[in-house]
Amino acid sequence: MSIESKKTIFFKILESAPLILLFISVLNEFDFNYLNYKYFSFNFPFILIYYWSLKRSDSLGYGFIFIAGLFNDVVIGFPTGLSSLTYLIICGFAAYLRNITLHPNIINDWLFFLLTILVATSVNYFLLITIFKVDVNYYDLTGNIFFTFLFYYIFSFIFEFYYKKVFKRKKND
Amino acid sequence: MATSRDDFVIAIRSAFLKKGTKQRFSLIGLIIFSIFLIFLNSINFKAINYLKSGLNEVVYRISFIVSLPEKQINNSVISIKNHLKLYEEFNETKDELKILKGKNFNLNYLKSENDRLRKLIDEYIINSEELVAKVLLDKDSPFLKSLIVNKGSKDSLKIGMAVLDGPYLIGKIVEVNYATSRALLISDLNSKIPVILEPGDIQSIMSGTGKNFGEIQHFKKEFAFTEKKLVYTSGAGGVFKSGIPVGEYIEENKIKFFSDLSQLTFVKLVSFEKKENY
Repeated sequence: MSIESKKTIFFKILESAPLILLFISVLNEFDFNYLNYKYFSFNFPFILIYYWSLKRSDSLGYGFIFIAGLFNDVVIGFPTGLSSLTYLIICGFAAYLRNITLHPNIINDWLFFLLTILVATSVNYFLLITIFKVDVNYYDLTGNIFFTFLFYYIFSFIFEFYYKKVFKRKKND
Repeated sequence: MATSRDDFVIAIRSAFLKKGTKQRFSLIGLIIFSIFLIFLNSINFKAINYLKSGLNEVVYRISFIVSLPEKQINNSVISIKNHLKLYEEFNETKDELKILKGKNFNLNYLKSENDRLRKLIDEYIINSEELVAKVLLDKDSPFLKSLIVNKGSKDSLKIGMAVLDGPYLIGKIVEVNYATSRALLISDLNSKIPVILEPGDIQSIMSGTGKNFGEIQHFKKEFAFTEKKLVYTSGAGGVFKSGIPVGEYIEENKIKFFSDLSQLTFVKLVSFEKKENY
């Protein structure tokens, strides 16, 4: 195998990293519950899907996001299609923001992310509570939304760094 | 005003209807498909159950492999904590053993006496079948307390079977696939178990809280608790046999489970049958 083709494969893997990370996170359900902090949990797939749908929608692909949602439903025991719907709503919000934004700004993205997860989580739990009659602990839910919102700011810097290193460098090449 | 509304409509239309260069599906198409799946789920459509069962088999196995690194980190954290507490726990265990040894002398006598008395009043004796299963996934998320075990319908597992950790009740089977099953833990918010509090013979319903303790949801009468009480299954409703230890009523509406639900590797799956004409 030539060095050139090895390089291409390596870049393909780097390009697919957000998608791989999405599938790992839904299959593993990162929850950090072993840390035993009360009310602490955050939804990593929300952050990942929102960021990459906003910055580079081709990185994930709606079809894969839909499948990731199905996997997430299986892992956490939700009715089939519920997480897919939630993830796709996030994609919709991100796509809308991308269309109306001329000059991207982290604070705008961050605040819009709060609105996005509030709507997506509301739809998710509204369906769970009304149709599937599931009890929900609202303190945990609020904690989850709050920490997901907070962590977006941190992860957006990490993803931004990755985005610049991998995708912008490729453009320059 | 009209222009800004047009912009909004264009942005929305573009976001939901337009496919990107590498996108194969439009967002609105997939959203409609998701809603369709949820609808089929809500009416318990048979084909969806088959799809779900097939998906479960594949995803549980992949998830087990993907979760291994996090599980390893989790186990390391626990083993370090355990190591640090070793000496303290040794002394506590020594004292506890002394007390238990004393209690054990009476136990065999009481058991045989109990069997003899049951026979006298012609009550049925419970016959149980046990199956040991390995915990594949332990999803201790704040919203769902459940675990996946490596036994399914091929091992004659049925919905409603009790899940025990040693002698202690930890949950029940709520979903059975061909080679795997999901057990809802007693700590889950949606778990409701008929229990009895002893001493006092107080019938009640224990509910999970989503945390590592349970709570009493319903008392038949009002009681004032002045002493610690032990919680057992009452056998009401016929799901579980009576007398399976669950936990200890420690303070105002708080039940501490006997079993540590975050430390499960192997569990017992038990079905109970009433053996008439004993």
